[in-house]
Amino acid sequence: MATTEVHTEPHVHGALLPRPFTVERRVRETHDTWSLTLEPVHGGRIAPEPGQFTMLYLPGVGEVPISVSGGCAGGSLVHTIRAVGAVTQALCALQPGQVVGVRGPYGNAWPLPEGSDIVVVAGGIGLAPLRPAIERILENRTRYGDVTLVYGSRTPDDILFRRELERWRGRLDFKVGVTVDAAPAEWRGSVGLVTKPIPRLPFDPDATTALVCGPEIMIRFVAEALMERDLPAEQIAVSMERNMRCGVGLCGHCQLGPTLICRDGPVYTYAEAGPWMEVREL
Amino acid sequence: MAHRLASLLSDRFEGGTPLTTTELIARETARTSDARVLVPEALEDLLTALHDRGYRVLGPQLRAGTIVYGELTRAADLPTGWTAEQEPGHYRLARRNDEARFGYTPGPHSWKQELFPARVRLFSSKRTGADLELTEEPLDERPTALVGVRACEVAAIRIQDRVFLGGRFADRDYAARRRELFVVAVDCGEPAATCFCDSVGAGPSAEHDFDLRLTELLDGEHRLLAVAGSAAGAELLGALPARAASDDDLAAADQLREQARATMRAGAELQVEGLHDLLVENPEHPRWDDVAKRCLGCANCTLVCPTCFCSSVEDVADLTGTEAERFRVWDSCFSVKYSELHGGSVRTSTKSRYRQWLTHKLGTWQDQFGELGCVGCGRCITWCPAGIDLREEVNALQEVQAQ
Amino acid sequence: MTIKTLDTVVLEHPLFAALTPRQAQIVAGCASNVVFDEGEAIFKSGDKADTFYLLRHGQVAVDLHAGERGALTIDTLGQGDLLGWSWLIPPYRWQFDARALELVRAVAFDGACLRGKIEHDHDLGYQLYVRFSRVLLERLQTTRLRLVDVYGNN
Repeated sequence: MATTEVHTEPHVHGALLPRPFTVERRVRETHDTWSLTLEPVHGGRIAPEPGQFTMLYLPGVGEVPISVSGGCAGGSLVHTIRAVGAVTQALCALQPGQVVGVRGPYGNAWPLPEGSDIVVVAGGIGLAPLRPAIERILENRTRYGDVTLVYGSRTPDDILFRRELERWRGRLDFKVGVTVDAAPAEWRGSVGLVTKPIPRLPFDPDATTALVCGPEIMIRFVAEALMERDLPAEQIAVSMERNMRCGVGLCGHCQLGPTLICRDGPVYTYAEAGPWMEVREL
Repeated sequence: MAHRLASLLSDRFEGGTPLTTTELIARETARTSDARVLVPEALEDLLTALHDRGYRVLGPQLRAGTIVYGELTRAADLPTGWTAEQEPGHYRLARRNDEARFGYTPGPHSWKQELFPARVRLFSSKRTGADLELTEEPLDERPTALVGVRACEVAAIRIQDRVFLGGRFADRDYAARRRELFVVAVDCGEPAATCFCDSVGAGPSAEHDFDLRLTELLDGEHRLLAVAGSAAGAELLGALPARAASDDDLAAADQLREQARATMRAGAELQVEGLHDLLVENPEHPRWDDVAKRCLGCANCTLVCPTCFCSSVEDVADLTGTEAERFRVWDSCFSVKYSELHGGSVRTSTKSRYRQWLTHKLGTWQDQFGELGCVGCGRCITWCPAGIDLREEVNALQEVQAQ
Repeated sequence: MTIKTLDTVVLEHPLFAALTPRQAQIVAGCASNVVFDEGEAIFKSGDKADTFYLLRHGQVAVDLHAGERGALTIDTLGQGDLLGWSWLIPPYRWQFDARALELVRAVAFDGACLRGKIEHDHDLGYQLYVRFSRVLLERLQTTRLRLVDVYGNN
């Protein structure tokens, strides 16, 4: 006699019912990106892992999946949002004191194998989902070998988390490289694509894990550059995106090949995700 | 006892204490030793018995030139003496020369419209000062009896159970509608040209997951063989006017099923062997371009498919923006909006959307849910305005492969 | 500490790897060490392009003047990078400005002289074109990627 065990995740409300969170702080990062710090109205902070996302809900407007960009060490939940559509624009317009619905956290986490060297490559808004991973590494610095960040942005004005970047750059045990596509002549830093420093990055391909986040096209070129350096595809972790509606594996939208991003991702190895990225319109 | 959720869904909420819920779907195999025989008139007694036990009864009836599912108040409302002629892109009702109550193959309706309705309110919200009150929609837990559930439909319900209840997060609306479900299954003796349930192991007869199973016999005496598949089914059967089944009755039922299998085998079957890899490993097969020329992207197939489960959400607010509601609505991977991302869509071409649907239904569904997503009911073939037959598409994919 | 001769520096650079000794000598013969101070202009767009550089130390900004937007830096190059390919392709004029972001040491090559040499030494000419094409291809590819806005800012 067969039985199918069925579970509903421990939660106060249903899996599809958001919980109200208040906007505590609103910080403008760039011309189109804001970071919101959120606290649950009725208590009960969530405990996200770096790489996970939540579904942010505005009544009557809609709901979107946004990666957690802060709060994985027990502090307030932080989300860094780019205003690109109706919902994200409305989220970016929220003022402190206003309320937003939150479901989650959902998805899986960035792999941080102990003893590994870590190379973090971020493009544009891709730095946001990686910030909690970087913070987790730096909080437990002795567990890892060499740690490097390569961050590419379109222009200096699009650089996120300037304060953190300065702090990280100040550390002797963390190599930080920032590059932009184009800059006014006052820019003293590097200009070029985020793939440029990769051929010369000092890392041992046998002992390194790479964390890559950004638009798919950027992920492909970065992964190729890393593999040119003999880094195996299994040791390259990437964060993937697709249209999402429920975030809990019930609506079918976030399918990526044989997986559901909300359940089996958003973090995949390039060994898995690479072949999918090669198929047009998969 | 078939698909009755033997549960344990206790809805405790103690101010902040998380509630853990476990549901079990138990299955039992039908016990043919307790087979009984009913005269067709006894179907009225069956409906009465169900109503007496507090069930809302749904079943097939004629409407708008087809056989649909709706509230069944009297046995006289059954599509007695009707059958359906089904071909790719073709459906016509036709009169039979007998009084068969269940002598038809399923129409555009499937039971997902009851268990997974096209539009369901999930919750409503109200802004109150600095707070947001979110109220979950009360659940529909009315005991419901489904009469005339084909083997393919029993299989489809089981497949949707896996999707909606078998993962880390369960769908509470589906769970509620599913909890007090009484299933009266019906065997098929005359599959349509579009039927292929046997090639996917979903028919022509349900082996489990029902409360009662009827096999309508039309040779000689018009009668219905009935077996119980659950304690509730046995209890109900015991209350009906019926005689014990003879060996002849049992043999006649077996023969009917054999006949059904033979009919399907003589027609177009779905080649299930190696199906997953065939689809997953051939995203650039020229056949996809070929079918894309014929496919209209109309989404009919996903609407009539009894296992398609994709949904989207609709958010509506009042003019002041104080009160809002969220609805879950059916969605289809054939819609371009379905794969919208950052202002564009991942799948814009018809080719990519058809490929997604078929590869999912017959291939990656297995990766995601551990079983095939198709029950061989053939609805997608019948209701496709272009008459696209996925059995033919799969064969074409295989043929060029073999070259 | 051994101070490398110019010849060695040139020969060890990947750009000139596997040139025959005779070819390498010709190239090295056109080379000299140069130094640029921080902020110093290395070349200006529109000027005659008769030199190219292999950077040994320090960062160089490659700028484009974009009218009212002022100067835009579209590339930065550093140690080991090749600066300048306009000497090899008519009309032999610089397409961009180059400016030292800090103290820069480089090996400068007399492009006019080399152009004269490869007029007759086609083998060497072929080798130089193959190697410079590779660099151009890589620069073109990364430029194209920036064109499609790799960071998704649209």
